[in-house]
Amino acid sequence: MTDTPLVIAGKSFTSRFFLGTGKFKNKKDLSDSIAAGGSQIVTVALRRIDLDHHEENILEHIPPHVTLLTNTSARTAQEAVRIARLARASGCGDWVKIEVINDSKYLLPDNQETIKATEILAAEGFVVLPYISPDLYAARALVKAGAATVMPLGSFIGSNQGIKTKEFIQVLINEIELPIVVDAGIGAPSDAAQAMEMGADAVLVNTAVATAQNPVVLARAFALAVEAGRLAYLSGLPLERFIANASSPLTGFLYDDIPTN
Amino acid sequence: MTFQQIKNILNDKSPQSVEGLAQEAARTTRQHFGRAIGLYGPLYLSNFCSSHCTYCGFHSHNQIQRMKLEPEQYRKEMQFIHAQGICNILMLTGESYKHTPVTYLKEAAVIASEYFQGVSLEVHPMQTSEYKELFTAGVDGITVYQETYDRTRYAEVHLSGYKKDYDFRYGTPHRAAEAGMRQISLGVLLGLSDTANDVYALYQHVRELEKSFPGVEYSVSFPRLRTVKTEALAICDVDDIQFVKIIALTRILFPRVGINLSTRESPQLRDHLLEIAITRISAGSNTSVGGYTLLEEKDQDPQFDIKDERTVEEIVQLLKSKNFDPVFTDWRHIENTL
Amino acid sequence: MNIIINGKSQALTTAQNLSDIVSTFCKQSRHVISELNGAIIPPEQWSQTLLQDGDVLELVTFVGGG
Repeated sequence: MTDTPLVIAGKSFTSRFFLGTGKFKNKKDLSDSIAAGGSQIVTVALRRIDLDHHEENILEHIPPHVTLLTNTSARTAQEAVRIARLARASGCGDWVKIEVINDSKYLLPDNQETIKATEILAAEGFVVLPYISPDLYAARALVKAGAATVMPLGSFIGSNQGIKTKEFIQVLINEIELPIVVDAGIGAPSDAAQAMEMGADAVLVNTAVATAQNPVVLARAFALAVEAGRLAYLSGLPLERFIANASSPLTGFLYDDIPTN
Repeated sequence: MTFQQIKNILNDKSPQSVEGLAQEAARTTRQHFGRAIGLYGPLYLSNFCSSHCTYCGFHSHNQIQRMKLEPEQYRKEMQFIHAQGICNILMLTGESYKHTPVTYLKEAAVIASEYFQGVSLEVHPMQTSEYKELFTAGVDGITVYQETYDRTRYAEVHLSGYKKDYDFRYGTPHRAAEAGMRQISLGVLLGLSDTANDVYALYQHVRELEKSFPGVEYSVSFPRLRTVKTEALAICDVDDIQFVKIIALTRILFPRVGINLSTRESPQLRDHLLEIAITRISAGSNTSVGGYTLLEEKDQDPQFDIKDERTVEEIVQLLKSKNFDPVFTDWRHIENTL
Repeated sequence: MNIIINGKSQALTTAQNLSDIVSTFCKQSRHVISELNGAIIPPEQWSQTLLQDGDVLELVTFVGGG
């Protein structure tokens, strides 16, 4: 059985494993990890150019066929909008991940500001992938606002805790028609497989791979896990069987001789 | 759940599988509904019908006494039903824009609001604008059964009239929800077509509505095709075992959706199903126009033959004796504004 | 004249256009995004954009991020 492609904003992808490019020890690990994991979408960020030191341009280490997703990493909707517009001015595309965080302790996203930014940017033709705490009302508002996907967090950014928000992500998978990309907190390939088995459309992983002892091998492991989870989901995992206990039967009457009609 | 899984469940004949389903359904129902059972009463306002549906006692080619109640008449019927304790009324008509237009239904809704906290309609499918008018006139809920989701079979049994339009009927719950209706009830007429297909299609319809209109209270019904003074038209027999399975499965897959059971079914089956998954029942019902106060029994033309003839009081006593909590109304009267 | 580039004050001896500024101050040539006084200036307009005293210029580029 083969999968159908993941389609976001009309573009088709065969990989459901997105990779974040932050926190890598060096650029070679990054480019090798992208290759090993087969990611076709990676996130990048914008920063002031360091005028005193020459830094290698990260884009030199990302293959041209890979779609760039610029993380707005802002504290308000307005800042996110500004960063998105700057990213687009680079000529490298207009795909943005809206990340609006005003919380240094937990790094939880501000769903309200995210919705506002999405409305503005979607109207300007950006392909918007908003990152949120899994909340059904927020997700519905994002659909209305023109988001291309919804990206609910699995657990706190950088925590590697896995899928702590499972039931809430499941609600989004059940109720929201847009692709659901589980982002943040995925610490191990088994977490990624779990998300895919639940029916998520893709996962985004950064910290786990970037800070691993061997990022390249782990990137490959994640790719395999995402595929395994996806195939498991497509295969239709067997249902739990409902086991009856004998003490108070509810349907014995169906087998009595006395007809009910 | 996939179609194949539903088919497998319906085909599994073992008593253990039915019992397993029933227990899971009962557990789920208790968890989400407690032991509350909602009571309502039907009021047939008119049996004029422009559609020819082969299975219905009111169909346009059937020779029955056609009646439509005027306000002074249905007020009497409403007073009677109200006196039994009923607070939720389901007003029904045959499908006739001509005889029971929106103006007629609005007037009935306004008068019904004098006697009942909850007013629902089971009438011909209408446009969103018409549902909005009805909503502001006091209607809270709409009941509309697709009967069967099999287009071929649908065309076979709906020979003429507005009801022939499958798509318009299918879109009815959507339009009603758009108009602001708080309660929407869907269903299939079991026996009319392939059971697994129709049950699966009904589930899909409900899921679609839940996603688009999440604030609405949904309920489903599974009327079984019964004889109505004419020959039976079922193509398959949905026996009690299948029936129980369908109801249990529905509860498991839709933990918070209401499941209605009409007086088509026998008292004994109704009582057993209350323990499993039913959350709303009609009581003290009469399915003839003018049947409560205006016509002698011999003169009545029922839409379907009633098997459970217990009065409201008898039902209440029965429910209490089984530790159920009969609920006449969930809310006080509120103004429906757009 | 003085302008502020990436938060630091820079003195300019002659009037310069944005294109010159970028090649002078940035060690990379590709993927430089410029924002002058809050407005994004696309590369094709750099040579026509003359800096003035007190201008605030941001030069950003892509880096790794999540």
